[in-house]
Amino acid sequence: MTRSAIELPVTADDRRIAWLAALAIGLTLAEAAIPSPVPGVKPGLANIVILLVLLQYGWRAAAWVSALRVLAGGLLLGSLFAPGFWLSAAGALVSLSVLALARHLPGRYFGPVSLSVLAAFGHIGGQLALAGWWLLPSAALIKLLPVFAAAALIFGAVNGVIVARLLAAPAPDKRQSTPCILP
Amino acid sequence: MMLRAGDAGVLLAGAGLVAALTVFAWGGGRGDTAVIRAAGQIVQTTALTHAQSFTIDGPLGTTRIEIEPGRARIARDPSPRQLCVKQGWLTQSGQAALCLPNQVSLEIRGRTSTYDTLGY
Repeated sequence: MTRSAIELPVTADDRRIAWLAALAIGLTLAEAAIPSPVPGVKPGLANIVILLVLLQYGWRAAAWVSALRVLAGGLLLGSLFAPGFWLSAAGALVSLSVLALARHLPGRYFGPVSLSVLAAFGHIGGQLALAGWWLLPSAALIKLLPVFAAAALIFGAVNGVIVARLLAAPAPDKRQSTPCILP
Repeated sequence: MMLRAGDAGVLLAGAGLVAALTVFAWGGGRGDTAVIRAAGQIVQTTALTHAQSFTIDGPLGTTRIEIEPGRARIARDPSPRQLCVKQGWLTQSGQAALCLPNQVSLEIRGRTSTYDTLGY
């Protein structure tokens, strides 16, 4: 009997993306437990991670982390391929597209708060566009637009401030930031 | 520095967007005309521009309707349960107060009507 082993080379980049995606998924799960008066109004804590990844490792890494978060979040919450999953995916897609453009804004004037607010509007915009086109093609959503937009503005700004503070914080102890060696 | 010049601009633009959406979604329905009916027939159509009052006679007695700038109400009515009086001031296009026992109704209309027709 021949033994065959398929070896997938794992780069440091892969490990980092997996680690950051796990962080984003954890925040997604924690957030799902927070009760919300209106479905869809959420703090979007995972966007903090996405934004940090974007600013430190670039857009490609952020897109990976975001995609993994949506997919694994759907698996763990049991909403994979359910309407909520597609809404989440649409929001993440539009949000990432907005970030792809917004990251080219001059950094001297536009900091993490700008990116976070724009991403939050992209997120809710993508979700509402899909919901309006697919799930609730009626005028009912229009009445909720101000609520969603206000939530995006407030949570986007708060998340942006958190990202700015995290970026401004001194680098953590090097002993803790070495990648863990897996057997 | 946490908030840069452009950030304030983005926040202001976001606030402007929220305000615009609020007006667009919630503020569009203010009425400007009051339509008063008795026994199904329109007896009075008046703009909500200045204070005035009407008295309409029905089978039970007299219904008094008050108009003020931007709003209208049924001030007094002989109906036993006073439902239309308790509705208070009407301001939005499409709102209506019906005094069924006395067969009088007050309806607010705006530039855009929310419904094509209402059957009572």
